[in-house]
Amino acid sequence: MIEFQDVAYSYGGGELLTGIDLSLPQGSFHFLTGPSGAGKTTFLKLCYGELVPSSGRIELFGRDVRGMSRDDIAWLRRRVGVVHQDCQFLDHLPLEENVALPLTVAGRDAGAEAADLKELLAWVGLSKQRGSLPPELSGGERQRAALARAIIMAPEVIVADEPTGNVDWEMSLRLLQLLVELHRMGKTILIATHDINLIRAAKQQTQARVLRIRNRQVQLAGADL
Amino acid sequence: MSLGADLLAMATGDRQADRVVPPTGFTARLTLFTAAAMAFLAVFALALSLATGRLADRWSDALARTATVRISAPMGQVEAQTQAALRVLETTPGIASARPLGDAEQRALLEPWFGPDLPVDTLPIPQLIEVVETGDGYDAQGLRLRLQAEAPGAVLDDHTRWRAPLVRAAERLRLLGILSMALIAAATGAMITLAANAALNANAQVIRVLRLVGARDVYIARAFVRRFTLRALSGAAAGTVLAMIAIALLPGAETGGGFLTGLGFQGAGWLWPLVIPPLAALTAFWATRTAAFRALRELM
Repeated sequence: MIEFQDVAYSYGGGELLTGIDLSLPQGSFHFLTGPSGAGKTTFLKLCYGELVPSSGRIELFGRDVRGMSRDDIAWLRRRVGVVHQDCQFLDHLPLEENVALPLTVAGRDAGAEAADLKELLAWVGLSKQRGSLPPELSGGERQRAALARAIIMAPEVIVADEPTGNVDWEMSLRLLQLLVELHRMGKTILIATHDINLIRAAKQQTQARVLRIRNRQVQLAGADL
Repeated sequence: MSLGADLLAMATGDRQADRVVPPTGFTARLTLFTAAAMAFLAVFALALSLATGRLADRWSDALARTATVRISAPMGQVEAQTQAALRVLETTPGIASARPLGDAEQRALLEPWFGPDLPVDTLPIPQLIEVVETGDGYDAQGLRLRLQAEAPGAVLDDHTRWRAPLVRAAERLRLLGILSMALIAAATGAMITLAANAALNANAQVIRVLRLVGARDVYIARAFVRRFTLRALSGAAAGTVLAMIAIALLPGAETGGGFLTGLGFQGAGWLWPLVIPPLAALTAFWATRTAAFRALRELM
């Protein structure tokens, strides 16, 4: 599903990541960890086509990312749901329209899929906030809204960048529970986090594997994590 | 997506897509005002161009194929030289007719300068002979020589000396009118591009979110293009209507003021200004579309 072959990524004359050879198969659950500034976000961006490798080859859904047009990248974003730490929204639209935004931009009638949207909002526990504007939401609500938006198009892969970075432990566990449920539905999950406790909590429920960025390389972590 | 499909999608509209870009009060007002002001100016440039076109045609038609022979001679010889000149003219190939102007016609010619009741018969005014050419024309140089021999006081004025510069000036004015309209269109495009760029930069966050959730460039661009095109269309329509009212209120050409009073539209010419709003919308469409795609490539 996502294949890295001897991938390196440089920025501003310096090499941020190098020699990455790995595969994220369909239905897998991976955490990505490493110190701040190690390149976790860069690695995630390579995974959903926001960045193109400086060298090597990345295949997303069997296609070389380097040969993708801007329209192809847009198509790719519909197959990879992304949750950012700062979860950006359109502040002038109510929550339900923000969550339905991927449907809108894909030309699908969000109104016709209102029942699914209602069910999704209920699943992430945001039924009451459906009419609220994003600035009125708490950190945890924003994270759950971002997750709902990321999965509304039923993507095959869900990539989350520090999804629990701005929420308390209780909310972190709730978000993790949602991601684990998605994994059980067959989704491929990749989460960047520095929260070891979150990883341990996940490993109690799933066969999650841990990738660690060390010396600009992404390696499979040992059993200590 | 093709330009045609883009135009069609823009015309049909998409209520949900329209909502993704927040309303921008300042750029909206700026675009409306710019389009209205430019359309107002364009209507005047168009009126100028059409009026000068008519003027050039009128001068050209009225003065072409005509000439004047002026008999300046002592009072006692005027009649004899006039008859001699007429005989020469009647036998000149290329001249259809020649007739001496009567006192009333000469008085009418002088009236704008000297007022009515001019005693033409008591003044040493040259006798004028109106000459009408055939389609083939005549040999002006040969005619001058023959007139000089038969009627020494006769001077041939074939109008080309002052007709050509007048027609040339009118044609230049018409060209300037057309150039003005082109400049107005270019300035409209430039100002709408600036406003569109400002809107795109102000909405960089919106564009990032839209790209993140899978929006194609054409979708994002269309949200801006539709908005600016409709604003340009409505602003230009308002400016055009105001300018047409202003022109309709100008004094009529027949009230006798010369060129400036003829600055207006005549008959079907009143339909020409109606082309300006759609042209403004097309200019805005092209300018915003170009700016949007360039900004999208730079932003992401």
